[in-house]
Order: sequence, then C-alpha cells, then structure tokens
Amino acid sequence: MSAPRAEAVVIGASAGALEALSAILPALPARFPLPVMVVVHIPPDRRSLLAELFQAKCRVIVMEAEDKEPISPGTVYFAPADYHLLIEHDRTLSLSSDEPVLFSRPSIDVLFESAADAYGDALVAIVLTGANDDGAKGMRAVVEAGGRALVQTPESAFASAMPRAAIDLCPVARVMPLAAIAAYLLEV
Amino acid sequence: MNGDPGSEKVEDIEIRLLLEAIYSQYHYDFRSYAMASIKRRLRQAREHLGFPTFSAMQESLLRDPALLPRLLGYLTVQVSEMFRDPSYFRALREKVVPHLRTYPSLKVWVAGCSTGEELYSLAILFREEGLEERTIFYATDINQDALHAAEAGIFGVDRIPLFTENHRKSGGKSSLSDYYQAAYGRVAFDKTLRRNVVFSDHSLVTDAVFGEMQLISCRNVMIYFDRALQDRALGLFRDSLARKGFLGLGAKESLRFSKHADAFADFVREERIYQRRFE
Repeated sequence: MSAPRAEAVVIGASAGALEALSAILPALPARFPLPVMVVVHIPPDRRSLLAELFQAKCRVIVMEAEDKEPISPGTVYFAPADYHLLIEHDRTLSLSSDEPVLFSRPSIDVLFESAADAYGDALVAIVLTGANDDGAKGMRAVVEAGGRALVQTPESAFASAMPRAAIDLCPVARVMPLAAIAAYLLEV
Repeated sequence: MNGDPGSEKVEDIEIRLLLEAIYSQYHYDFRSYAMASIKRRLRQAREHLGFPTFSAMQESLLRDPALLPRLLGYLTVQVSEMFRDPSYFRALREKVVPHLRTYPSLKVWVAGCSTGEELYSLAILFREEGLEERTIFYATDINQDALHAAEAGIFGVDRIPLFTENHRKSGGKSSLSDYYQAAYGRVAFDKTLRRNVVFSDHSLVTDAVFGEMQLISCRNVMIYFDRALQDRALGLFRDSLARKGFLGLGAKESLRFSKHADAFADFVREERIYQRRFE
C-alpha cells in the first residue's frame, strides 16, 4: 500500500455505538502507535461514562478529552458530553461550546473537519452506526485532504442511516464490517 | 508555522492576515485564539456574509467599520444557559458560600459574561444565600452587543424550562419565576438583580488586572484561547484574586496544562473550583 503513514484515527458513532465500538477498541494492542479520537452522540445533561466503561475493556489508555491536552499515541480520547472536540495543528485537543451542529454536540463533522485540517493525508476516519447524517460532511473533508475513509457496512449496522450518508457523500470510502475495520487498524 | 515559505495553506495565511487586520484596525485581538474553533466560526461568517474568500472579507472589513459588529457576532457570542452544570452552582452554594459569608464585603467577577446567563445565575444564588447586599458583581465581555443584552436581562421564554430545571438541581431555595416577568414570548429578569452589577468592556487578551476579587467565575471562555493566551488570562485571574479567593472554570477546563497551576489549589476538584494559594 502506498498510502502515507497514518498519524491518527478519528471515529464517529451514534445509535448502537457501544456495541460497534466494543468490536473495535478492545482489539487495539496496548502499544497501538496512533491516538484515537472518538465522538459518540450522547445527551448533553448526562455525565459520559464511555471512558470509564471502555477503560475497563481496553488495553490502550482510554480517557475523556480535556481542553488543551497534548495528544498521545496509544490513547483513546472520548469527546465529553455537551462539548465539541477539535484537533489543533500543534497536536493538542480543543473543546468548544459552539452551537450544536445537526442537533449534535459533540458533532462528528466538527471533529473530522478539524482533524482533516490538522493531519491532512495522515488521517484515518471511521463512520460507524447511527441514525442521522452527522459525519458525512466531515468524512468528505478527510477525503479531500487525502486521508483514508472507512465506513461500517450499513447492513451490519444497528442504524444504517449514518453509514449510508457517509458513503453517499464519499463514494471512495471503503465499506467493511466491524471485524475488518478492527483488522485494518492493526495493520495501519 | 509560518517559517518556511509554501508550508502554510493559503486559507491559513488568509486567516492569519485577517486576524492581524482586525487587530491593527479595531484592536480586537483574536490572534491567539484556539485556531480550530475560530477557523470554523470564520468559515461560517464568510459564508453567511457572502464573501468568496477571507481576503475579500478582509478588504471590506478594513474599509467598512459597520461590518465589524456582524463579524464579532460570529466570533464571540456564546449561547449559555442559566445554572449551566447545576452541580457547579450547587458546589458554590454549599462549599464556597460558607467561606464568602465571613467577609463583610465581596467582589465577584464574571469574566466573559456574554449575554448574562451566568451573571443572573450568580446574582440569584447570592440573593438566596443572603449575600447580595454586600456584593459587587463585575460583568465583563469584549462584545458590546452581548454586554447590552446582559444588561437588558431578557431571554426567550422557550429557554425558561431548562433554566428552571437547572436552578432546581443547583439547590435553588426559591422559584426561578420569582425573578422574571413574561410577556410576548420573552421574559425580563428583575432589574433589582443588577442593582449591584457593573457591566464593563474588558478583554482578557489585552486589558489589565481587576482588583481584589473573592470569586472569579469564567466558564467556557478560555477554551477558545490557545495555551499562551490561557496563561495570560490565568495570570490575570491570579493577580485579580484576593488572598484565598476562588476561581471557577468550565466543567472541562483545567489548570493542569497551565504554567500558573501552582498558584491555585483544588477546592472542589470535580467542579473545577480552585482557590488562590496563600503565599
């Protein structure tokens, strides 16, 4: 494969996210060489338990993103409830309280667009199950910057709308089931 | 980042020059804002204001001062809630207020008050706790329109159910409806709540220390700053706090990555309430 070395992975998931992520994140080895930033749609008024939940299941470090945090490899960062998560050029995380995008905060588009800007062609973006079309525009930005796009097979997803929207907007995205996405990350 | 010619994307160059132009011409300094968010807002502004490029926007902006407030609307206005994160206000009420009671007079600074949601929340909390009479609030922002809105204290009636629920969860001792009157789809907050409030144009980027505060609340403002600017603002807070004064930040903000971390001690850690260390 002639693709440039990947430097980071971004993942977006909504309805059915827990199960889908459980097929991917626990498969990552402790010394996974890349950072993984994840947006899951969660209600704003709830303290997110995602980081604690996955830390118990994963070998990589799992945490909730903090503002200005330097990004480390082998670490999974979840966007906190009620904040957008963005990536800065200097490889730090930023949070924002800007308005929801497509009714969502955190928004997958916001994460993907800023990550595409920061990492360019060294980014792997993954859209998983979900019932809206957040992530499609962001994935297009990733592809336009030369990054790689993976989408969960809509038929295999708990909710197929989000993967379908991403495929519609990014026909070059590779469409694969969860197990293949997990295997792809081990090779990346 | 702008060291090697050709290494910076054209759009990034344009944004850098635009922010430089805004500063040189109008003295609003966004040059040290966290780039990812401001870029997003600027793109939105460019689209809505109908400019093909940032360079075109810059040219108009330099010659047409009327464009500035419209742009500032995109760059600075934060939509907040009253009693956002009720547990923060509960912690102020239960853990900070007992200390504040020991002072004969109090100064509270709401830095980056935007349209006033946080200010009114604190004013109501202080009234409920019987501290209002001895307190002066300083509510500051760089956006004049936002300050005027804060001073007016008028909010959409559709936001009241959320504000009411937040207020209740924060341990409110009265009914929020005691503090406003509703008419024509809007509510106006009781003007006596701003009896002791000084509204003022103040920039955390370019302006100086505000004196001897017992409490500074600055929530979800510094997340828009880059790290150097955060350090400047935190230095300003350190120097503006009275001995053992309190600093409250947003739920996901932390002093961990700041060079001023040592000047503050955790007071209510999970709510990001800090106390100025005794020196």
